[in-house]
Amino acid sequence: MFDFNLFLSALFGWPLAKGAMLTVVLSLLVMSVSLVLGMAFGSAAGSKNKLLRFFVGAYVWLFRGAPALLILLFVWNGLPQISPIFRAGWFTPFFAAFLALTLIQIAYLSEILRSAFDAVGKGQKEGAAALGLHKWQIFLLITLPQALRIAMPALVNEFISLLKATSLATVISLKELMTITQFAIATSFRFLEWYGAALVYYMAMVSVLTIVQSRIERALSKGHR
Amino acid sequence: MIETFQLPDAQRPSAVELSDVNKSYGTYHVLHDVSLKVGQGERIVICGPSGSGKSTLIRCINRLETHQSGTIIVNGVELTGDSSKVDHVRRDVGMVFQHFNLFPHLTVLQNCTLAQRWVRKRPQSEAVDIAMAFLERVRIPEKAHRYPGELSGGQQQRVAIARALCMTPGIMLFDEPTSALDPEMVKEVLDTMVGLAGDGMTMICVTHEMGFARQVASEVVFMDEGRIIEKGVPETLFGSPSHERTKRFLSNLLH
Ligand SMILES: Nc1ncnc2c1ncn2[C@@H]1O[C@H](COP(=O)(O)OP(=O)(O)O)[C@@H](O)[C@H]1O
Ligand SMILES: [Mg+2]
Repeated sequence: MFDFNLFLSALFGWPLAKGAMLTVVLSLLVMSVSLVLGMAFGSAAGSKNKLLRFFVGAYVWLFRGAPALLILLFVWNGLPQISPIFRAGWFTPFFAAFLALTLIQIAYLSEILRSAFDAVGKGQKEGAAALGLHKWQIFLLITLPQALRIAMPALVNEFISLLKATSLATVISLKELMTITQFAIATSFRFLEWYGAALVYYMAMVSVLTIVQSRIERALSKGHR
Repeated sequence: MIETFQLPDAQRPSAVELSDVNKSYGTYHVLHDVSLKVGQGERIVICGPSGSGKSTLIRCINRLETHQSGTIIVNGVELTGDSSKVDHVRRDVGMVFQHFNLFPHLTVLQNCTLAQRWVRKRPQSEAVDIAMAFLERVRIPEKAHRYPGELSGGQQQRVAIARALCMTPGIMLFDEPTSALDPEMVKEVLDTMVGLAGDGMTMICVTHEMGFARQVASEVVFMDEGRIIEKGVPETLFGSPSHERTKRFLSNLLH
């Protein structure tokens, strides 16, 4: 029934390892870009400019509301219909997945970061401003480190969700972990072994993240009781 | 030892000069035609009921709040929307807050060196030396590598004073520096402030510590409802206040 040897060779074989690598690289890229843009959106959400706040609100509403699968398919199939730019060679499944997931991730991260920025009290900015620090220095040296500390657990949770959400890119034939698994099954019909091996990969990645999360939290909580 | 404060000098302009300052939060008019002149080396104590605009007044001096009309001149520089003037003034003015506003993610030493590095552009080693000298001065050098959260309120406030002094300001603003402290810690902070006054620092202190005011104030200012009601030397203002509101406030304070 369960061919343990097949399971092991699937687990330690090249195809799944490469798929997992792609999953990790895609997740890291999406997370880094959306972290930076999420900060910009998160600050804009708390800005005095009404139009900016409205734009961010509408963005978050749209990209949190729409299913990830729909956005992924829209980017991959819809964009090339809108403009020939997206029919060029560089518009690969990898890029489409990156774009779609980043658009979504920005919406989630900007919400998390906005509330983290809010949670750093007004007194911190005033204390820094009174010392003569400028707006950007205050943001980078005072607000951001404290906000990241507050947001860290939520950010790692988002990263875990993202890692799993990359599997949706199988619908646009991106050769990530899940697609490789499906391909292997299509030729071998060995569901249990291949699903099992893929599950081990996902669990391993998420476990590593969980450990990293607790390490970071411990490092960041220095001085905080 | 480090050269800390400029000595009072008749040639130099007033440390702080406010003329007919008005300030509103939205439609709420908080300061009404406030005028106040603080000479170099003077120590002003501002008192008055809660909500009378004391914090707003001193926060206008380093432009944490913007005023709508009137002029505020600090060491000869008028505060306007011009950010280089704001920078200039903030370099000259240190501030101590009721709730300390220390940076919890940085050690005591880092709290004291951060602005020295980024604003004063001092090299790290010099910044550390200066920070340690001022931590010594507020008698808390042994906590240099602790985080603010590990210190008592009184210790945190002394660190906050040291942090401000590290920027070698000519003027220090204090906004109720002892109001958030447990009674047993008030003295250590006031002693530090008395020491500072003894060194000739120009100080503007919002406080209800009458003993401190009597000991160091060159002038006490009483505010109510956004106006300066009266001012005078401590003996006069506390001993024989001329306004009914001042009398009422002082008698409430004693009981
Ligand atoms: N940021 C603000 N926005 C609106 N109203 C404020 C703000 N800060 C202070 N006020 C109001 O202005 C008045 C004066 O406040 P404040 O200067 O803090 O008084 P004090 O320090 O004498 O207690 C109070 O009525 C207060 O509620
Ligand atoms: Mg106040």
